[in-house]
Amino acid sequence: MATEFHNLQELRHSASLANKVFIQRDYTDGTICKFQTKFPSELDSRIERTLFEDTVKTLNNYYAEAEKIGGQSYLEGCLACLTVYLIFLCIETRYEKVLKKISRYIQEQNEKIYAPRGLLITDPLERGMRVIEISVYEDRGSSGSSSGSSTTSSSGR
Amino acid sequence: MSAVMISRKVTRKWEKLPGKNTFCCDGRVMMARQKGVFYLTLFLIIGTCSLFFAFECPYLAVHLSPAIPVFAVLLFVFVMAMLLRTSFSDPGVLPRALPEEANFIEMEIEAANGNVLAGQRPPPRIKNVQINNQIVKLKYCYTCKIFRPPRASHCSICDNCVDRFDHHCPWVGNCVGKRNYRYFYLFTLSLSLLTIYIFAFDIVHVVLRSVDSGFVNTIKETPGTVLEVLVCFFTLWSVVGLTGFHTYLISLNQTTNEDIKGSWSGKNRVQNPYSHKNIFKNCCEVLCGPAYPSVLDRRGVMLEDLSSPAPSDASSTNKSSNPVSQTTKSSAPLIPNEHTPDEAKPGIGAGTQKSASSPKDEKPPSPTSPNAVTPGVIKESAH
Repeated sequence: MATEFHNLQELRHSASLANKVFIQRDYTDGTICKFQTKFPSELDSRIERTLFEDTVKTLNNYYAEAEKIGGQSYLEGCLACLTVYLIFLCIETRYEKVLKKISRYIQEQNEKIYAPRGLLITDPLERGMRVIEISVYEDRGSSGSSSGSSTTSSSGR
Repeated sequence: MSAVMISRKVTRKWEKLPGKNTFCCDGRVMMARQKGVFYLTLFLIIGTCSLFFAFECPYLAVHLSPAIPVFAVLLFVFVMAMLLRTSFSDPGVLPRALPEEANFIEMEIEAANGNVLAGQRPPPRIKNVQINNQIVKLKYCYTCKIFRPPRASHCSICDNCVDRFDHHCPWVGNCVGKRNYRYFYLFTLSLSLLTIYIFAFDIVHVVLRSVDSGFVNTIKETPGTVLEVLVCFFTLWSVVGLTGFHTYLISLNQTTNEDIKGSWSGKNRVQNPYSHKNIFKNCCEVLCGPAYPSVLDRRGVMLEDLSSPAPSDASSTNKSSNPVSQTTKSSAPLIPNEHTPDEAKPGIGAGTQKSASSPKDEKPPSPTSPNAVTPGVIKESAH
């Protein structure tokens, strides 16, 4: 764990932000929170397609779990209504619990997979649940924690 | 280089949020700017109920049943709670796009439109998505610089894009959107019940008392009754009608905004792609769906040289301790290290690194003026 943290520090010190890629929402199933799994061309040289798709699919599953309308959400809704929604001052909603799981997952993915490749995922919650922002860093100097390529991805410009 | 603690007044993110909202209680309460009609609503409800408790309840508790005032109190508490919950919560405001995201979208639009000859008007910015085998057009919001998600709309009174925008309600002093629609519906429903309840028992009270002392004397003894009956009579027609209308909308899974615009009126074989075609399912989704979190981090701290994390409340997100300015331009996001306090949000941007924060300290965070750093030109044409 310490090595991965160290990698993130090196990334920040040795790399500069080259580009940002935004993964948009996928509205084909309605207004539920779901992101497109289409692999962006800017990340072609930076990360394997399968790893990226796995990350997005796992995130989509987490959001689906949070927004699932079923027994638990009815129970939560009815109980909250009976207590005039004061119960939300004491307990956490299911959605908030899943959001915490998501932020832990994103941090873990950043440490293990994305930072060593010079990438960083921003939690969609910080962007209004509209996009998954992936920051692409280019190697600035010698401490090579990111993958050695220093080409700025100019396809997006 | 140790982190130097500068004692400065904590600036929370709500102070820098664009849009025409007013915030109270250090960001916990969020309302529209014009609150006059909301105060009128409060006055009418509290005033009428006070008169009811003062004039009718003593008589009815003795002559009929003490359960009558008890039930009235419960109803009143429920109505007030729902009203305050609707008025004070974030309706589902979508934050505006940061400069990089806005640029990215601009480039996408330009790529999609191709070359526009000089002097020609560029085509309207619309994205088509297919939802449940129906083509839905997503419009671009020039104020927020985003393509609005389906069912979102820009409220011109609050100057915000709101998710699942229903309408802006002056009586409640706030927009009604995804996050507070069920509280709004429960407010209108419980207010209808309260109005009917008070109206009915006013009549019962007048009748019972008139049998004893005559009609004129009754009015002299309890003058408040006349006022209550008047208020309830006019309220009944409007509020009960409104409740009925929203019950209809919920059963079809439509918003007021869509109903007014006739989005799913059926012409050109356009149908509502969000409806489950089952009244029960539609009602369950709207009323018993999950409690969506607010994506506006109102109580997050903006200056990162303060390490005290902000306490989070039920309606704010779990990233209230995120100290990174929300208008960070091209500087690197902060990465947690051994100095990060344990309760700070894990993930990006929770550290208190001084070295990374120095370029941001000089620049005052101003989400409405990103032009200093934006490389591209953001077209501000009217929409």
